[in-house]
Order: sequence, then structure tokens, then C-alpha cells
Amino acid sequence: MSRKAWTRLIPNYLILSLFLLIIILPIIGLVLSAFKTDTEIIKGPFALPEQWTLDTFENAWTTGRFNYFFRNSVLVTVVVVIVSVFLSTLTGYAFGLLPVPGRKVLFPLLLLGYMVPFEAVIIPLYHFMDTLHLTDTYWALILPQVGLSVSFGTLWMSSFFRNAPKELVDAAAIDGCNRWQVLWRILWPLSRPAVLTLVVLVFMWTWNEFLLALVMVQKETMRTLPVGLAFFQGRYSANIPLMAAGSLIVAGPILLVYILFQRYFIRGMLGGSIKG
Amino acid sequence: MQVQHRWPGESRFHGWLYILPGLIIYLVFIFYPILETIRTSFYQWDGFSSNRSFIGLENYVSLLNDSQFLQALLNNLTFIIFYSIIPIIIGLALASLLGRKRLPGMAFFRAGLFLPQILSMVVVGVTWRWIFNPVFGPLNMGLRALGLETLTQSWLGDFNLALPSVGSIGTWVQYGFCMILFLAGMQRIPEDQYEAAELDGANGFNQFLYITIPNLRAELGVALVTTIIAAMRVFDLVYVTTRGGPGDSTLVTGFLVYRSAFQQNRIGFAAAVATVMTVIIFVISLFILRLQSRTEGEQ
Repeated sequence: MSRKAWTRLIPNYLILSLFLLIIILPIIGLVLSAFKTDTEIIKGPFALPEQWTLDTFENAWTTGRFNYFFRNSVLVTVVVVIVSVFLSTLTGYAFGLLPVPGRKVLFPLLLLGYMVPFEAVIIPLYHFMDTLHLTDTYWALILPQVGLSVSFGTLWMSSFFRNAPKELVDAAAIDGCNRWQVLWRILWPLSRPAVLTLVVLVFMWTWNEFLLALVMVQKETMRTLPVGLAFFQGRYSANIPLMAAGSLIVAGPILLVYILFQRYFIRGMLGGSIKG
Repeated sequence: MQVQHRWPGESRFHGWLYILPGLIIYLVFIFYPILETIRTSFYQWDGFSSNRSFIGLENYVSLLNDSQFLQALLNNLTFIIFYSIIPIIIGLALASLLGRKRLPGMAFFRAGLFLPQILSMVVVGVTWRWIFNPVFGPLNMGLRALGLETLTQSWLGDFNLALPSVGSIGTWVQYGFCMILFLAGMQRIPEDQYEAAELDGANGFNQFLYITIPNLRAELGVALVTTIIAAMRVFDLVYVTTRGGPGDSTLVTGFLVYRSAFQQNRIGFAAAVATVMTVIIFVISLFILRLQSRTEGEQ
């Protein structure tokens, strides 16, 4: 690009930078706070900490019990992602490429879940889980989340399978593949972008889910990270370094996944996935 | 479409084998509770005693006169201004200012602008509660440093300021999303439309009104519906920042459902609020699905 062309772009970069800064500055302030002492906080959000130590993180991790919350969140999220993506692949494949008697009823029935907020299910769900003695267990956090994710996942995967190359499927069928083999040997390797998008979206929704875990869990050691952080704030709201460290523990893993798979996040969310 | 047909020797219900595992989990843990919520909304129940009494539409009738519910609904509608209208205006203004020039390094800006979308609302709430803190929050500290002591406020503690303060967090979350959506849409508009308008002597504003806006119809639809639903569903953010207070000044329907059901044991009432909330969200969602299927049809 010529020098003149660059100069003409400067105003554009300035505008973009301004709006980027408004988003980034609070996050930078949060990160810095996590390394500060209580007294350093009042020197201003962007004053650098005198000593970069991880003490506050350690404090949140052990005394604040974020070690438990982290374990719970990782366990619930990993199980929900694996189970939801597997089941959504099956349902999506069936609705996309197989004859399904009753599809006119079953497909919209499943999609209903894609549109409802957790508020619409949480009250009976709580009493239901309570009757089964499943509150304060991982089941209460995993099963409803899988149900909700399968709803969106079916929509997402079925549109992928509908557009899959039919010649490949036909050729495989002529070679003697059955339906199951067609799915896993022929189509699954092609579905990587669609599956990865679904993985990151389900990961994000599960990791950040709040109401379900808030209602289903009473025991402190069973809390997930967002609920743990919310209660933590009730107790230590004046201790900014501790709150910041806790927030970063909650946001860290999702940030990492975002940095690695940014493309898939943005594609999925611009595609109009309306959860979250 | 051949593959939709039954293969030789295949059972008519073969497809069901693939659907059943997912469908059963969905039916038991999502669909059945939805129906139960609707049923519960016709009862009066405290949540633990065995006597539920059927009261028909009484919960819904009482909603019409319930000051808490009306306040909550009004606050959700106010949030639409902050979650939807302002971010869309910012997004449109920015998209048309930046035009359709491809900027090197746009991926970096896109990643940053999109960031609030992926964060837990609890983290966002904790961060902004600190920023808004009257004593050691950066906002008031900044105002004091600028000598604007008189402008410092108890942002989240003031009856009049709490709602716009929480709402502006919503603006912070949503505007990057709208910008990226519209910028992506702008890339699709054919250059010759603007050239023709230029020749006809249309000024920048008219070009924006008659070329940019109509061409961004699909993106506008997605942005409107996504952000409006976000405004209707606010829960985590209010829970963390204000718990609906001070008074009920930041109460929203999601929080009212939670409070009535799990803190005040007014199960039937809470179910009625949840049902109304769901119906509103539903109508908006149906709208986006129709819109999407229409744009898909065009491609």
C-alpha cells in the first residue's frame, strides 16, 4: 500500500482504537488490580503494582475455594460439551440426511428449547431434581444443560448435514457403508468447522451458565465458578484485588479458548445464535 | 434428496435411533419442565406444602396490577434502549464512518471488540461494580482527579442512576457485536451502488439512508433481535451488581422470577411471570428465525 493510502486510513484506525479502548481498559484495570495490594488500589486503576506476585490468586484459589469451583466448572463443562456435541451430531445427521417419521413435529419440538430462557424451566426443574435427590450433584448441572445444548446443536448440525456433498454419501453407500459408517467415516471428517463452532459455543454457554447452578447447588464445594464468584463478591466486595483475581480465574479458560478459536466464536455468534 | 429415502432393508424408524438419546434428555429436562411451568402458573403454591390450589388465570390477572411485575417489565423495556438501540446506533455510525475500505489488522480489532460477548456476565458485573464504586471506583476517582468532584455519584446506589448505570454496562457488552455485524454487512454492498449515487449527487447522509440501511436489513434484523432478547433476559448482571435495588429500581423479570420462586416461595406467581417472559422472548425469536430463513433463501 502506498504511503498516501495509509494516511487516509489513519482516521479509521483512530475511531476503531477509541472504541476498542473503551472495551479493553476496564479489562486491563481488572488484570492490574489482581496483582495489587489493598492500598495500591486507591492509587488509580492503571497504576502499576509494585510487586508482581501471584499471592492474591493463591488466596482466592485456596481460601476462596476457587480450586473447588474450578474443578466443578471444568468437569461439568467437559462432560456437557462432549455429550452435547455427540448427541447433536446424531440428531443433526438424522434430521439432515435420514428419513425420520414424524419429523414435522419432532424438529420444531426440539427447536423450542433453543428459544426458551432457563427461567422457563428452572422452577419445576428444581422441584423435580429435589424429588430425585439430585440437587447438589453434577447431574443437576449437566443434564439440563445437555438438553438445552442439544436443541441448538440439532439446528446447527442438521443444517451442516443437509448441505453435505450428496455424491460422497451415495458413493459410500454403493461401496457398502451403512448409515453409521457414512456418518463417522465420510461426513465426520468433513464436519470439523461446524463441530468446532458448536464446541466453542456450548463450552461458552456452559462455562458461563449462572441461574441453573445458582438454584441447583446449595453446598459451597459444589458451586461452579460464576456462582462461586457471585457469592465471593457478597463477602469480599471491598477487597478489589481478591475480586479481580477471582474474576480472572473465571474468565481465564474462556479467554484462552477464545484466543485459540476466535474465528469459530465470531462465526457462530454472528450466525445469530441467540443464547447467552 | 435421495438420501432422505429409506435404504434397502432399512427399518422405517431407523432415523429414530439417532434421535432418541438426545430427544429423551431434552424432553425430560427441558420440554417437560416448560409444560410444568405453564401448569404451575395456574396454581397457588408455596413450593413445599402438599396443597396446591387451582386458581385459573388469577396469577395472570394479578400481574396486571402487580407493581413489582410492571416495574420489572418497564425496566426490561428501558434496557432495550441500552442493550439494543444505543449499540445499534453506535454500530451503524461506525460502520458508515469506516466505510467499506478493507483495513489491514481488522482481525485484531474484531477480536477485541467482540470480547465482552464471551465473558461471564458475573465477571462483567464484578468489574463494573468496582468501576462504579463510589469510594475507590475508577470512575469517581477519575472525576475527582479532573476536579469534577461535584459529578461523582453513587452510581449503583442512587434510585435514579442505578438503572441507566446497569444499562450502560449492557451498552458496553453489545456495541462491539453490532459494529462487527454491520462492518461485515457493509463489505457485501456493491461499490457501483455508491458510485451511481455519487453521480446523481446524493450526499453522504442520503447514501447512508438509501443505500447502506436497506442493504444492511438482514444484519439489522439479527442485531435487533439478538440484543432485544439479551435485554429481556438480563439476570446475572442484575444479580451481581444491584440485586434489583435500590428499592426495586433495577428489578427485571428474570430476577423477579428467581426472587418470587426461590426466596419468597410464591411459586405460582413466579411461574406466571416466567411464562409471560418466555412468550415475549418467543415471539421475538420466531421473528429472527423467519428472518434468517428468508435471508438463507436469498443466497
